[in-house]
Amino acid sequence: MAAKKPLELSRSVQHFTFNPQTPSTKSGDTTRMNLFQAVNNALDIALTNDPTAVIFGEDVAFGGVFRCTVGLQDKFGKDRVFNTPLCEQGIAGFGIGLAAAGATAVAEIQFADYIFPAFDQLVNEAAKFRYRSGNQFDCGSLTVRAPCGAVGHGAMYHSQSVEAYFAHTPGLKVVIPRGPIQAKGLLLSCIRDKNPCLFFEPKILYRLAVEQVPVKDYMIPLSKAEVVVEGHDVTLIGWGTQVHVLHEVCQMAADQLNVSCELIDLVTVLPWDKQTIINSVKKTGRVLIAHEAPITGGFGAEIAATIQKECFLNLEAPIYRVCGYDTPFPHIFEPFYLPDKWKCFDAIKKLINF
Amino acid sequence: MSVTNQRLRVGLTVGKQWWRRVLSPMSATSGHRMASSSANFQLKPFKLHKLDESPDTEVTLNRDDALKYYREMVTIRRMEAAANALYKDKTVRGFCHLYSGQEAVAVGLENSIRKTDAVITAYRAHGWSWIRGVSMIGVLAELTGRRLGCARGKGGSMHMYNDNFFGGNGIVGAQVPLGAGIALAQKYRGTDGLTIALYGDGAANQGQVFEAYNMSKLWSLPVIYVCENNGYGMGTSAERAAASTDYYTRGDYIPGLWVDGMDVLATREATRFLADLCRKGKGPFVMEVATYRYHGHSMSDPGTSYRTRDEIQEVRQTRDPITSFKDKIISTDLVTIEELKDIDNKIKKEVDDAVAIARSEPEIGAEELYGDVYMI
Repeated sequence: MAAKKPLELSRSVQHFTFNPQTPSTKSGDTTRMNLFQAVNNALDIALTNDPTAVIFGEDVAFGGVFRCTVGLQDKFGKDRVFNTPLCEQGIAGFGIGLAAAGATAVAEIQFADYIFPAFDQLVNEAAKFRYRSGNQFDCGSLTVRAPCGAVGHGAMYHSQSVEAYFAHTPGLKVVIPRGPIQAKGLLLSCIRDKNPCLFFEPKILYRLAVEQVPVKDYMIPLSKAEVVVEGHDVTLIGWGTQVHVLHEVCQMAADQLNVSCELIDLVTVLPWDKQTIINSVKKTGRVLIAHEAPITGGFGAEIAATIQKECFLNLEAPIYRVCGYDTPFPHIFEPFYLPDKWKCFDAIKKLINF
Repeated sequence: MSVTNQRLRVGLTVGKQWWRRVLSPMSATSGHRMASSSANFQLKPFKLHKLDESPDTEVTLNRDDALKYYREMVTIRRMEAAANALYKDKTVRGFCHLYSGQEAVAVGLENSIRKTDAVITAYRAHGWSWIRGVSMIGVLAELTGRRLGCARGKGGSMHMYNDNFFGGNGIVGAQVPLGAGIALAQKYRGTDGLTIALYGDGAANQGQVFEAYNMSKLWSLPVIYVCENNGYGMGTSAERAAASTDYYTRGDYIPGLWVDGMDVLATREATRFLADLCRKGKGPFVMEVATYRYHGHSMSDPGTSYRTRDEIQEVRQTRDPITSFKDKIISTDLVTIEELKDIDNKIKKEVDDAVAIARSEPEIGAEELYGDVYMI
């Protein structure tokens, strides 16, 4: 049998190694869960403790295309976990109304790529409801969940990262977990948060990301970035899957360049934790931001603009962004498209040698 | 006295397919089975919505067409089986939605419209792409992402195109208003062409479909909206997603027709009927074809968590479009079993050859990553 060409190999192997979080000692009992199980567990807890909570979306009744809602209809009944027709704009609008009327509405959009018919509802209705009514009405108990990001073979309509479109909309919250422990705690926070939240789950992590997740009901605060690795030479910023890519880059930088990187998971894209980032940049003076979404207008641009304003005199080098290219997410060029560890490592070299 | 044999030749060149038939006059005697030149069939009644007349339910099929439709349906079936196998061994990646079971729709519709009419559909498009003129290699190599693919590998399963075939669309429902727009262009140009805009029972609940209905009725556009109702939108059955599963009536003020989508003669007759009306300026119309898909929604869906294997088996055994058509044309002596076997073998070879090319052709270069984003 002929040897596989390198390109074929890279199409079947993911571009990162998952770096599991270990639960803190105060977590109590834990159990092994992957990302979809953690999401499932969070939804279970939410529905158990909040009698007004309902889950709806396409195909959620049989468990959902990524198994996030497995068993929930059996446990909570058809009036609390139900399928909607294929109508994202309808799902979002319906969810907003349900939330405004006092229910805790958890809507699922089957793939983040399909969220655009709902864009008007989310941007024009959900985000502005409280503001335009002077706080007489709100849809804060709405949470919209959707799988996002590259999955190795998703091409244009199953791979998009959409956070930048929504980050531009005050009134919404946008959250992206990087693992099961985070997913459970953050999803519960989103569901209980008094503002409409968009929770984007990196779909490649659904099965791949396995951690020991605390079984109890716990929440992780929103708008708090997490310093995953402490360091003092370069600040690396990412979210979701990209944090795992950057984690490996930290190791490569330490081993090959003797460079100590500080890795920050932004976690909440909107409203984002400026202070943690600023503190880090004031320490290191060099910044690399990486995300899968295309570079122009990507959320990295917002972070970079803020950093240069707040930390201008601390910067030792220009801020680098390693992102997807300005093209639609490609079908066959995915390995070239992604901001992989090699591109990020290369950027670190440029930062150090500036 | 001898009976001259009919011969069917199938040739394949890269990018094009052609076939040629040599027909000889029939003779009266000999111990061989006689082939007739045409036969009559009775169709299931159509269901009408705001239509005063129905398409004929007594139809005639001639030998040429019998062989053609058989060949076309079997080609699509085999091509999809090849796509299935390619996906399972990971030569095809991404998302892949198979048409197996729905062949009578594409074949019946295509054989009732002109090459210059337009067709647009959603992602279950391999069969449509092929019948609209994309070669088998163009389809299979597009699935495997190689340079001989229809879109040079840049589109994949859901994005195949050809003259007057506007794809191949990933976001369901989005293609329906596009279809209305294409129809407007045809009307504007005075070509008496028409557009067929297909969507499924799932997408039938998308808001933009109703926006398209309204615009096309307001402006009397020559478009036939075809709802391929295969009973399921991903994992949700039609009854659980739609307040009204009479999709042919959902256009409300637009006349509609329900057709048995497993019968290629019915789909053909219905399309002829509506196409004729469209060309006279009486469009738009909604046509619901009741059909079935054997595979899951896509290759990522086993297709059995929301329906039973028994159900799938039952359809295969009692309503398969190819088997039932085969029975019809054999029992009326339009064709012989040997002729059909011959067609089967030739298609198998064609598919196998195409698969080999789809596996071995290279991809386009990385410099194409930035290509086709903007036009200068």
